[in-house]
Amino acid sequence: MEILVCVKRVPTVGGRILLTEDGQQVDTRMSGFTISPHEECAVEEGVRIAEKLSGHVTVLTLGPPEAADQVRDGLALGAHQGVLLETDGSDWGPMATADAIASFARAGAFDLLLFGNEAADTGDYQVPVRVGHLLGLPWLTGIKQLEVKQERIVARREYRGTEEAFDVPLPAVVSVKEGINLPRYPSLPGRLRAKRAVIERIEPSRRAEGVRTLGLRLPEREERRARVLGSGASGVAALVGVLEELGVLP
Amino acid sequence: MTVLCFAELDGDGVLDSSVRALGLGQTLATSSGGGLAAVAFGTVSERAVGMLAEFGVTDLHVVETDELTGYAPAAWGRAIAGLIPIVAAGTVIAAATDHGSEILAQVGAITGLDVVANCVSASPDPDGGCRVVRYRWAGNLLEDAVLSARPALLTVATDVPLPSAGSGDPPAVHRHRPELSAADLLVQAVESRAGSGGISLATARVVVGGGRGVGSAEGFAVLEELAGLIGAAVGVSRVVTSEGWRPHRQQVGQTGTRIAPELYLACGISGAIQHLAGCQAAKHVIAINTDAGAPIMARADYAVIGDLHEVVPALVAALRARP
Repeated sequence: MEILVCVKRVPTVGGRILLTEDGQQVDTRMSGFTISPHEECAVEEGVRIAEKLSGHVTVLTLGPPEAADQVRDGLALGAHQGVLLETDGSDWGPMATADAIASFARAGAFDLLLFGNEAADTGDYQVPVRVGHLLGLPWLTGIKQLEVKQERIVARREYRGTEEAFDVPLPAVVSVKEGINLPRYPSLPGRLRAKRAVIERIEPSRRAEGVRTLGLRLPEREERRARVLGSGASGVAALVGVLEELGVLP
Repeated sequence: MTVLCFAELDGDGVLDSSVRALGLGQTLATSSGGGLAAVAFGTVSERAVGMLAEFGVTDLHVVETDELTGYAPAAWGRAIAGLIPIVAAGTVIAAATDHGSEILAQVGAITGLDVVANCVSASPDPDGGCRVVRYRWAGNLLEDAVLSARPALLTVATDVPLPSAGSGDPPAVHRHRPELSAADLLVQAVESRAGSGGISLATARVVVGGGRGVGSAEGFAVLEELAGLIGAAVGVSRVVTSEGWRPHRQQVGQTGTRIAPELYLACGISGAIQHLAGCQAAKHVIAINTDAGAPIMARADYAVIGDLHEVVPALVAALRARP
């Protein structure tokens, strides 16, 4: 069972987003980098399947040289091999990204290609679908439960109160959502192995895309300032009053 | 040029998110001097046709096939791609739901065209392209962009404003029988009612939220008690599910459930943007937190500064003591 898991390096964003002065990028000087929660689950799912079926997991990302860190994070969780499709650090859109991943995957004879559902930053919701189409493979998105059975998979998700179950032959492309599993923490030996691992670096060719970003800006939001009702239990009487006023008490 | 909108059906009507997408579509069609057409799959009720008319649709294309038994994303994308030349679509839009997003991605893959996701506005660009504003980071950031590819493929954020209904004539209804290959038919959903217990988080009128400040799985007992008392659903932040204190289906946020209650009572939640993305539709927010400087305070209407393990039991006692 050959499994490919694709992840994307994104800034770690907590309480608020800062932009660079020219408004073209998220300012990452004070923050680190990570991958999206959906993708953490994709790595975990790949490793679990490989453990069960004695498979082999390759973790791949497309990004600048530093994105090797995110590949190493995947190796620390149990992936066996790392690949970096190395770019100059400029933003690649979903079409160019999918092209580069499909070119790599075509040569690899993978049985299962795992993705996280949309990336945390751009939320494009496209790369797995495009990769599936380019490779002529069935694709599924938003998957919250995955069973591998011989040459097939059964995958489930929920959409507006309806469970949708899909039964498709392998090879297949599956993008998963957080909740499909609870990712493990990396072990110390895992970290050490990842640190020493040699990551394969490939310079992909870039397909032209038709979207040009003019700039980024923060949405104008009504900044509320919470009215403090009190401290500790002494705030409760006023709190009950507010709940009554809002008409939310039965 | 026509704007073609994928209309998702919901019961006997049109899905709220699709109605919102139609609003963006109508604005774009008007500003570019084109018409608004819709494409729907399966049986379209009279009520749904009426709704489409109210939101400016003049032509409805109903896709009919004998080969599909359930929802089939690849085939539905193929059918819409096949409609583009038939209706001379200059723009194809869909609500950025799970279905709308994957179907439009498939249209993009088939046609080799870009898709711009999560748009909140779109207008013709003087240079012939399409000028869009779209969400990044689930709406915490906006991107201004120009899309030069034609036709323009856009998904529309699910929380753009609802357009006001007009009184349009019923649309002309056209039947579309797509040419589907075996590969298109490979992926078909077997649908069944999802089992769900208790009050649905997505539609709850009141949500009691718990975050890192709850401290443990056992710590949720007091929040459960409060929720039971006032008929609320319990929602949690990501750290809570990562720690395994609560199942992921209770998670509110960018990678969990989006909620839209009358009141969100956020207990021990600092308010990371990923969490706030999931509760920005809450009408009122009350925070109970030890940190008066936490980001949640900038989104809350009211706050009690203090440890939730002191405040919530006192609140429960006060509510029980009410006449």
